Order: sequence, then C-alpha cells, then structure tokens
Amino acid sequence: MSKTLFDKVWDSHVVRKIKGGPDVFFIDRHFIHEVTSPVAFVGLKERGIGVMYPERTFATADHNTPTWNQHLPVADPLSANQLEALANNAAEYGISHWGLGHRNNGIVHIVGPENGITLPGATIVCGDSHTSTHGAFGAIAFGIGTSEVEMVLSTQCIMQPKPKKMRINVNGKLGFGVTPKDVALYIISKQTTSGATGYFVEYAGDVFENMTMEGRMTVCNLSIEMGARGGMIAPDEKTFEYIKGRKHTPKGADWDTAMAYWKTLKTDDDAEFDVEFNYDAADIEPMITYGTNPGMGMGVTKSIPLAEEVQGGVATYKKSLGYMKFNEGDDMIGKQVDYVFLGSCTNGRIEDFRAFCSIIEGRQKADNITAWLVPGSHKVVDQIKAEGLDKIIEAAGFVLREPGCSACLAMNDDKVPAGKLAVSTSNRNFEGRQGPGSRTLLASPLVAAATAVTGVVSDPRELLQAASV
Amino acid sequence: MLGYWPKVKYIMAYDKFEVLTSTAYPLPIENVDTDQIIPARFLKATKREGFGDNFFRDWRYDSEGNPIADFPLNDAKYAGSKILVGGKNFGSGSSREHAAWSVYDFGLRCVISSFFADIFRNNCLNVGVLPVQVSADFAQKIFDAIEADPKTEIKVDLPNQKVTLVATGESESFEINDYKKDNMLNGFDDIDYLQNMKDEVLAFGKTRPF
Repeated sequence: MSKTLFDKVWDSHVVRKIKGGPDVFFIDRHFIHEVTSPVAFVGLKERGIGVMYPERTFATADHNTPTWNQHLPVADPLSANQLEALANNAAEYGISHWGLGHRNNGIVHIVGPENGITLPGATIVCGDSHTSTHGAFGAIAFGIGTSEVEMVLSTQCIMQPKPKKMRINVNGKLGFGVTPKDVALYIISKQTTSGATGYFVEYAGDVFENMTMEGRMTVCNLSIEMGARGGMIAPDEKTFEYIKGRKHTPKGADWDTAMAYWKTLKTDDDAEFDVEFNYDAADIEPMITYGTNPGMGMGVTKSIPLAEEVQGGVATYKKSLGYMKFNEGDDMIGKQVDYVFLGSCTNGRIEDFRAFCSIIEGRQKADNITAWLVPGSHKVVDQIKAEGLDKIIEAAGFVLREPGCSACLAMNDDKVPAGKLAVSTSNRNFEGRQGPGSRTLLASPLVAAATAVTGVVSDPRELLQAASV
Repeated sequence: MLGYWPKVKYIMAYDKFEVLTSTAYPLPIENVDTDQIIPARFLKATKREGFGDNFFRDWRYDSEGNPIADFPLNDAKYAGSKILVGGKNFGSGSSREHAAWSVYDFGLRCVISSFFADIFRNNCLNVGVLPVQVSADFAQKIFDAIEADPKTEIKVDLPNQKVTLVATGESESFEINDYKKDNMLNGFDDIDYLQNMKDEVLAFGKTRPF
C-alpha cells in the first residue's frame, strides 16, 4: 500500500496498537532541558522506577540561562535551582548533559542537529513544542508534556493516537528579500493559529527542495504555530551532506546501512493525505505580525485588516489589537520600535546572522533600539567569528551575546519591558510572551535588521537594494 | 473496566473522574494560549506544586498585583466552580504541562471548549483534567446560559459521554477514546500502562537501527 513519508516513519515505531486507544510509540531520541524535566524525575522517584535507555536521552540547559557573563553563577535562585536539578538528574541516571559553559551547550533544537543526534527516519521528542524543528531532517519530531517526558525516560515510549496527514506544497521562485521565516509566517497566516490542529504536516515543493537545512529547520520549527503537532521534509542529498561526520551520526558500515534506509524516506507518488494545500512562492512578501498570535501576520507593506475582514470573533480580534495598541487599518511600516531580538530556536542559526549582517554592514544601530543578538549555540558563535560577522556586528554598534533561548520567552534576564514594542525573530507574539506587557512583532532576520538600523518597522528590500550584496 | 488494566499500579496519579456537576467560569475568548494560562516566568519550580496561584496570572492581576475584579476567575459569582468554559482553540502554543497542572491546582476538573489545541488536550488527560469538546453552537448555549444566570449548573457525565445544562436539560455528547476514558474513570495513567509492557518495549528496542 502506498505510504506517505509520515506513515513510513510512524508505522515503523509502533510497538503496540491499542484497540479504541492510542499507539504505543517508540522514541529514538529524547531531548530534555531544565524547565520541563525536573518534575518527570520526581515522578520516577515516587514510583521507584528507573531510566530504560539513558543513552537515548540528551540534556542541555537553555530556557533559563543568562546570555551575558555565563561564567558567573546564575543570579536568579529559581533558575539556578532548575539548572542544578537538570545536572544532578543527568548525573544520577547516566544521561549526557551539556550544561551552561559546556562547548556543546545551546538551544536544544540547535545543538541536536549540530551534533548529529537528529537523524532522518528517527522519532524525536522533547518537553518543548518547537521540537518540530527536527522534522527538517525527515524525522517525526514533536513537543510533549512532562508526564510524557517521564514515560520516555522510564520506557522510551509515549502513547499517541496517529495524527491526520496534511501536505503543504509551495512552488515557484521566492522573491527578493523573502526568507524561510517569511514562507512559514505566510503559511501560518493562511492556516490561522489553529488550522493544522490534529495534523502532522509534510512540506513539499521546489521552495523547500531549494531551501538550506537551516531554512528547513526554521519552517518546521514554526509548524506548531498553526496548531500542527509537527512538520517534516523528505531527506535529500542536502540532508545527508549536513549530517555526515557529525558527533552522533552513524559511521562506517552503519552509515551505509542507514543511507540505504534513508533513501526510501519519501512519500509514494500515489499516497494520500487527509488534506492538501498549494501556495505560490510569488505571492509571499517579507512578513510581519501585528496581533497576539502567529497567525495574525501579513506582508510588511500591508495595513492591519479591518475586524470584518478577518476570520474568528470580532471581540477576540479587537482585544488583540487593543493589547498591541494598534488600530484597524494602520500601516506597519514606520511604526517606532524599541527592541530588536535576533535569535531563538527559530532564527538563531548561522544563516540568520549572515542575513542580519547583510543589512547592518556599513550602517549603524538606531539610537532608539535596544538590540539582543543571541546565537543559538557555541558552534554558531564560532562560525560567526570564523566568517568575521562579529566585526560587522561590532562596527554597526551591536553586541553579540552568549547562547540561549534569551528574549523568546521571558524566563531569563532578557525581557522586553511593559508597553515596549519589539521586532523579534522568535516564534510567538502572545500577550506577555517576551515579558509582562511586552508587545511583539514576529519577522525575519532581514526585517529585524532593517528595523534595527532605521528604528522603525522597515521593508528590508529597500535596504538590500542599496547594499552591496 | 475495559481490560487495559494490569498487574502493577504504582501511584494514584489523580482522583477518579465519573460525573461532575458544577457551575462554571466563562472565558469566551478565542485562541487562549498556554502563556496566558501560566506565563513562562512561573515555570521555575522543580516540584508539581503551587501552580494554581499563577493560573491566568496576567489576566487575574494588574501589574501591581491587585486582582482585576471583573475577570471571571476573580468574580465571586463563579467562585468554587470546577469547570471552565473557554473559547475556540483553547490551550494553543507551548507544550508546558504546567498549564494543565495549574488548571487542576486551581480546583478545576473539566475544561469545555468548541476546539482544543492538541498538546494541551493531551496534557489535561494525563493529569486528570477532562477536556470536553462541544459544538460551537452548544458552547454558545453554555455561554448564554451562564450570562443569564451565573449559577447555571453543568453536568459532565463521563461514563455516558454527555454534557448537560442542568436547568433546561439540553445536552450534547462528546468524544473520548475508550482507553483514555478508562484511565479517567479509574485514576490510572499511561506511565503505569507502559511499566506493564516493559519486556515488549525492550524487544522492540532491539530492532531499532539507531
């Protein structure tokens, strides 16, 4: 029978099918971090049970960690306590741990692929909804709750009904200044914040085939923002090239065996999806959000829709714009901005820093902007330095910080103050997401850079045309 | 009992859920995300305790920490309710189980909505909170009934998979898979289920190439 990529990977991990219930689903790789794992370890102790496969779990600290002076003790006692719990639990159960200061430390969804832990055809979970990132490699990867973290630790399985299948095809040529982030924000604006709930998405079409692995990670990362459990892209030569020779990637004969399997990981021609959408690359502009969920996005040159033009309830829409202090019909271009954040599991990779630098090179940070430039890992920092991007950053009046989740979620010191407006390359613009009362506009690294040098929401295409890139 | 339940049970994960009759807090806002249910800055505990205090923290309290009187969770009219009725797409966003813990810890056992986000629904079922998905029309009926009478009682009958407005008798059935239903009725959880099939998992693990 014809199968989709998703079917092939899912079906090969079902340990037991429960009649009238979920599948018992085997997990190849499990990431844990300091925020959603401590209670799972408490659970293990209460039940008196152990960890079945410690070698399949990988711990890294990222959510709470400071992005400045990481060599000093963590000042917030609650954060320090969670970081210590992670370290102690990892040590007690024999789990690999990349804590603060470790060479491999960084955002979980960035260090996993960097170290070859993320592999095609694997099942990957983490107590973090952006685990969908790893789908870029043709893995089934999704976020789980802490009870499920405990399940994976104790038996390497979770209990999940198989989601429905959606395919999103984007074909054609992307316009000048249009990045993978814009492709994702465009799709989410069409699907809305809940349109893909209950589905697992496969992204297909020449736009994704032509995309780098970094770009594919950005797209898959944002799958959850339209409600999908995850998204995936069939592995190809680019995927194999990316993973080859990394720390945890199979070597020698194991590599050859794995490759033979990985090459079968594509959707059969006549396989069926529950639902399918087609979008034209030419319709996608540099995007920006204007509301309080990632589905409230539009081309950066557009004006905010009127309440009667949008799907969903008018009261909810007006509440959202009220929180943002915006009016229906407002233009986004020219709005004064206070903060710019480059980083997160969505846009904290080397390509994102290259894109940002392509605009700030030879320009200066606007005086009204506080900017946080936060690489996703030490490896990204190393690459930034190897390419001389740190010099461009410094010359333009910016500062490069140390790796971590930073201003994405207001769990560490990097918080946007109440009322302030931030252009962020992260993934969520929910009320208070970047700090109580903060207001977030989600955008690409190019839009963020254009805003950082002009001080107002700007179209990066105008600056890119002027730059010598 | 459907026969899912096994030799060994390690702890009582939560209280059994059978039939719940209660008034309800109305929250007719769409796309309520888990950052609203519990903001990230309150996720720093290493034990599962005290999350109810920060349930909807930034909607319940102003920036000075004073309760916002007209927010339904602070409104004395609804105090003591064990059910929350939310707008469409309740629980979107982050996978934080803390959101479901905060629901339970605040004293609620059931959330009713016309649509739930996946991970939140799943987390609720794992911690003993029953997510009840109803039609948009029935959700509106419930909101209207509560607006007309804040003491409106709702009966959630898990064995019969039926939710009823007690005063008028209007009702609707809801879906839940047999396995999860059995869990809720007995206070069991998936961890115990999996503990009872460890040998099968270990045998399966031997077949995985990486």
